[in-house]
Amino acid sequence: MKAIYRRELASFYNGMIGSICVAFMLACVGLYFMAYNLLNGYPSFAISLYYALFLFLIAIPLLCMRVMSEDRHNRTDQLLLTSPVTVTGMVLGKFCAVMTVFAVPCVLFAFCPLIMKIAAGSSGEVYFLTDYCTLLCFFVLGAAYISIGILISAATESQVIAAVGTFGILLVLHLWDSIVSFLPTTASGSFILLLIASIAVGLLLDSLTSAHVLSVGVGGGLAVVTVVCYLVDSSWFESLVPNILSGFSFTGVLLNFAEYQVFDIPGVLMLLSITALMLFLTVQVIQRRRWH
Amino acid sequence: MIELKNLVKRYGSHLAVDHLNLTIEDGKIYGFLGPNGAGKSTTMNMMTGYLSATEGDIIVNGHNVLEEPEEAKACIGYLPEQPPLYMDMTVKEYLMFCAELKKVPKDKRAEQVQAVEEMARLTDVSGRLIKNLSKGYRQRVGLAQAILGFPPIIILDEPTVGLDPKQIIEIRDLIRQLSKEHTVILSSHILSEVQELCDVILIISHGRLVANDSAEHLEETLRGSSRLNLVVKGGQEDITAALSAVDGIRALKVTPKEDGTCAVTLEQAQGADLRETLFYALADARLPILEMKQTEANLEKVFLELTDDRNQPAAGEKKRRRLLRRHPTAEEAALDAPESPATTEENTHTAALEETEEPEFDDLYAVELPEDGEAPEPDDLYAAAPPEDALSDAAEESPAEDAGDDKEDAQ
Repeated sequence: MKAIYRRELASFYNGMIGSICVAFMLACVGLYFMAYNLLNGYPSFAISLYYALFLFLIAIPLLCMRVMSEDRHNRTDQLLLTSPVTVTGMVLGKFCAVMTVFAVPCVLFAFCPLIMKIAAGSSGEVYFLTDYCTLLCFFVLGAAYISIGILISAATESQVIAAVGTFGILLVLHLWDSIVSFLPTTASGSFILLLIASIAVGLLLDSLTSAHVLSVGVGGGLAVVTVVCYLVDSSWFESLVPNILSGFSFTGVLLNFAEYQVFDIPGVLMLLSITALMLFLTVQVIQRRRWH
Repeated sequence: MIELKNLVKRYGSHLAVDHLNLTIEDGKIYGFLGPNGAGKSTTMNMMTGYLSATEGDIIVNGHNVLEEPEEAKACIGYLPEQPPLYMDMTVKEYLMFCAELKKVPKDKRAEQVQAVEEMARLTDVSGRLIKNLSKGYRQRVGLAQAILGFPPIIILDEPTVGLDPKQIIEIRDLIRQLSKEHTVILSSHILSEVQELCDVILIISHGRLVANDSAEHLEETLRGSSRLNLVVKGGQEDITAALSAVDGIRALKVTPKEDGTCAVTLEQAQGADLRETLFYALADARLPILEMKQTEANLEKVFLELTDDRNQPAAGEKKRRRLLRRHPTAEEAALDAPESPATTEENTHTAALEETEEPEFDDLYAVELPEDGEAPEPDDLYAAAPPEDALSDAAEESPAEDAGDDKEDAQ
């Protein structure tokens, strides 16, 4: 794992991608930092971080697009997979390398509150705790996004597809709260959405396992449960889907830290769980390819 | 030692490797031969743990590749068909990375990297970026990577492809050098290379192992009988009558030509040399021989015959079993044991397939020798062959020998 980590990290700086991504992230956050905190004297760096979140949409696809797909395209995965290294070790090595590149701007961001304090002098107040907790959440959010990017990269051998796919998913996650607000809050609306979700689960299961009976059983079972529940008491379904989905708002977690100054432990745990799940799925995607 | 037990690999509905049973013994060079798509690379990829088998087991030095992948992979150095190189690294950086990946102890890495660089003659380009190297050098870097850590088994998938003749000779020398302390398995399309380098040749066709023996044994086994082609001046009946008195002819075809000569094609038993006898027999009958040529099997013919699509899979079964006697599996031993009357029919089929090497042979007028004097159907020619054919086949496939082989295999 250490060997893969070191090689991957070196590859970011042997080429331009690592430097470009770091520069891009510094430029984005630096712009907001200068405008909000230095020029307008707003005392919270956390808000600047929140507003600069869109940088993930560009930086993460760039960082992750080649991580897995390049190995597959150049057949260097044959070296890694025939070496005495586990697939989990390989994925973790690569993930840690990307996280290290991502950590560089985060460490530099840590100087921003200090700069604000120096600029403000003894009269100004800087909310160090909020700023650094938000920065921590920013890092965890980045880890979740990176794990998604690595999963997409493992699913294809084309870097372009990996980058575009990751961008698409991150865009949906970035606009998550707005998208959820468009969903119907009526009971019938949630009922229909749950029925569609049940069918989707069945189809997904079928494509992954090719076990038709199991897929029909699970998909059909969920649909039947949904129908029965709706018939028993349709009021349960009011705003059900929007409420469930709003719990998966990635940017909402950062907003809790930056805007409401709340250390959102469930939110952080959710992000960490998503990261672990995505890395697990990445390992499974690689293993699956070896079996087919 | 690598044992492949009933190995199967399916890609969807396509059967890439079909119940492969094989034992790779230590200290030998094995050569995988087979046409494109035969399953060579797939088999190698499964041996190295890159791909998983649909069915069956692979045991590498006592470690099952599926259950103990790290231990099994540590025993193998692998050069895939396309060397797995990172273009943005220098040769030295890459080899150091591979050494770490293969868990070579830190204090020995530099020493081992230097050793493999010298073996693969990479010392001069050690500090150069791999992307700036020629194909030949890249291949050598891939080879150096496979040797790193000096694993007991080295698997090379077409190691000399794309190299110039000088580089090919160097790589072959290196492989020979490696074989002194390692088991080497290589695949190649170049028959002469396999013949020259390998102790054992494994021919794979349609995912099945159709031969497993040394080049000499393969040729010998396939040869069975050699063929003589003559051009004799005289009438068809005179020639047939003259040759009917000669012992040792297994099959004969005489075709009259317009210029008053006849083309004679005959099969002689294994080890027999009838040229002199034929000369005197025809001279006594005052039938001058204008031309005489003997053709025998070589590895190229063996390869073409065994991998011929028309031989797959059922038609070539008999021959496949004959060529797998070195390591017969339980299934094959069971198939070999009963020498039933059906064997004659199989012989007919096999011989008929041998015949397809020279299609014009089918068009010739066929005459069976000698007993009842009736001209048989061409397909019956070999079925009605003289007793030594049957004896020879029976001797080759006697249960006693199979039992002996089994015992040897078990040991």
